Amino acid sequence: MTEQEIYEKLTEIARDIFDEDDLVLTPETTADDVEEWDSMNHINLVVTVESVFGVKFKGAEIEELKNIGDLVEAIKHHLEGR
Amino acid sequence: MINRLWWLPAPQDFRGSLNAAKQAERPAEALRALANTDLDLGQILALDRAIQRLTPEQGAALPTLKLAMLGSSTLDHLLPGLRVSAMRHGFLVDVYVPDYGQYLREVLDPASGLHQFQPDVLLLAMDATHLVGSDLAAEPEAALDKIVSRLTGIWNTARDAWGAQVIQQAVLPSFPALMGSNEYRLAGSPNDLVAQLNARLRAAAAEHQTDILAVDTQAGWDGLLAWHDPALWHRAKQDVSPAAAHHYGELVLRLISARQGRSGKCLVLDLDNTLWGGVIGDDGLSGIVLGQGSTQGEAFVAFQKYARNLSERGIILAVCSKNDEANALEPFERHPDMVLNRGHIASFVANWQDKATNLRRIADELNIGLDSLVFVDDNPFERNIIRRELPMVRVPELPEDPALYAHCVAQSGYFESVAITGEDRARTSLYQVRRASEAARAEATDLDGYLKSLNMVMEWQYFDAIGQQRITQLVNKTNQFNLTTRRYTDAEIGAVIADPAKIGLQVRLRDDYGDHGIIAILIGDLQPEGTLAIETWLMSCRVLGRGVEQACFQVMADEARAAGATAISGRYIPTAKNGMVKDHYPKLGFALAQEAADGTADWLIDLGSVPEQPLFMQIVKGG
Repeated sequence: MTEQEIYEKLTEIARDIFDEDDLVLTPETTADDVEEWDSMNHINLVVTVESVFGVKFKGAEIEELKNIGDLVEAIKHHLEGR
Repeated sequence: MINRLWWLPAPQDFRGSLNAAKQAERPAEALRALANTDLDLGQILALDRAIQRLTPEQGAALPTLKLAMLGSSTLDHLLPGLRVSAMRHGFLVDVYVPDYGQYLREVLDPASGLHQFQPDVLLLAMDATHLVGSDLAAEPEAALDKIVSRLTGIWNTARDAWGAQVIQQAVLPSFPALMGSNEYRLAGSPNDLVAQLNARLRAAAAEHQTDILAVDTQAGWDGLLAWHDPALWHRAKQDVSPAAAHHYGELVLRLISARQGRSGKCLVLDLDNTLWGGVIGDDGLSGIVLGQGSTQGEAFVAFQKYARNLSERGIILAVCSKNDEANALEPFERHPDMVLNRGHIASFVANWQDKATNLRRIADELNIGLDSLVFVDDNPFERNIIRRELPMVRVPELPEDPALYAHCVAQSGYFESVAITGEDRARTSLYQVRRASEAARAEATDLDGYLKSLNMVMEWQYFDAIGQQRITQLVNKTNQFNLTTRRYTDAEIGAVIADPAKIGLQVRLRDDYGDHGIIAILIGDLQPEGTLAIETWLMSCRVLGRGVEQACFQVMADEARAAGATAISGRYIPTAKNGMVKDHYPKLGFALAQEAADGTADWLIDLGSVPEQPLFMQIVKGG
């Protein structure tokens, strides 16, 4: 899966979870930029990513995700590891 | 781990459908249709918000249910799945969740928010750590007694104070074993205590009319990690993982629906490739796959046994099949491996009408609502037309492998029951006695609209060497939709290809469900006086009722004109199997030319007077 395809899928997920129809994600996007991105929705985002991409993150990895760029890197890392 | 509602169809363009639903004239209905699909967590959250934003007027069509949820750890993440599941079951829910850990005070204090809320349903959702602790118990028996007595006390309060339905969630077995398979020999093991507690809760629930939410059993099917994520337990005290929120809500709502008498009452079964492998009308009694000796045959027997067992516990069975009735009945009467016999089936409908019309007839005959029907059919075309025409009928998305049919029906929960009465067991015979004999209402099904939505493409080409083998196979095995049942050797098909006076057409069909392969064969023979005689016309019954006959005729008429013909003749030769095409030619506008004593009929149409027929597909020439 290319990075662009990951961003496209991720954008769709984020629009569902954060209730913003025209949300645009960049590598620098963080929880501070998105109104509905609270701690519960952070978990929801991770869990949805896991099921849609078919990957599983470690607990520590989830803690270390600082922005969308980190999340995309983590997805790429797990997809390559398969 | 992935935890999906796999018996529901996948949503088509979720965001587009959601936005359309919000703008719809009756948004609650549109949102309910969307809730009836297999959604991921993000989609659940989006749909849940749309449900919560319904105005009171928009939601007025649905009953509102007051649900209180008491627990010992985080529960908020389960609410979207609960609300979406409620919508799927035709409810709106008003949820009350006090701070976790406060549940005993809420129950005991008559001035608490819970007492003011007066729930219709009380759901108790406690985690293993809270109930049995994560240490080895010193006095396990006493500990279990204490837990069960505390919980039954809460159940009694809820019933006495509010008359509420009480649902006790079984404890998720989230503790690792210390010994292994014989864990029960280690007194006080947390893992074993959970197993014992779940057994004791079931016994107590039976006495107190409390309903058990069997997440422990479900975790056995899906895998514990599909329900409980240890990392999320540590991070956020979520005992049930958000990945399971939708499934959790669905299991809860089934129990609520069952208590309100809204569960399915009747299992409506297709026949070919649903109760046996193959097509009875074409393959015959000895050709269908059923019984010992093959994986598939065993799988169909197992599914029939499952249906029979459902019937014995009070579910009505019905048959809805596109078949000649005599063919459809034959296995029930004569096949040695049939588990179901005619006596199990309260309403038996086998004909060539569309299935929406037939389901209405079955509901009428049995005098039950369409919303009591669960329709099981291997054919996605039939499933989707029912979903579209009769959205109140429950239609599980049957997997392709018959080995999974029974599991699919079981996992769908459409027949969830909370009690068995003697009357349930007698119900099937009751319904057979009560069967109404009135003729079925001929309500119009919007077949045209459905057919247009399928994006059908019919591709035809002349016979060729590549298709020759498949053509030979089809002309020699098709019995039902076959006007003359004329058989050809491979060499004879080769001769048709070579003969300039013969027009052999092979026709394929594809649509949104995929490519159906060659579904029709026509052979025309140009007579010297200018009539094209159709000596063979056969079709696959699977694509019947879609207007393929009309489209094939249009192609053949164009080809006849191009060859200089002025008329087309067609012959029907009756056999034991092909009664369904007796009126094939008159339906296309042909007039009777002559009829013999044995029923053989010759039909004729002048190419100048071919009636215009609406077509719901694109016709393309291939090859």
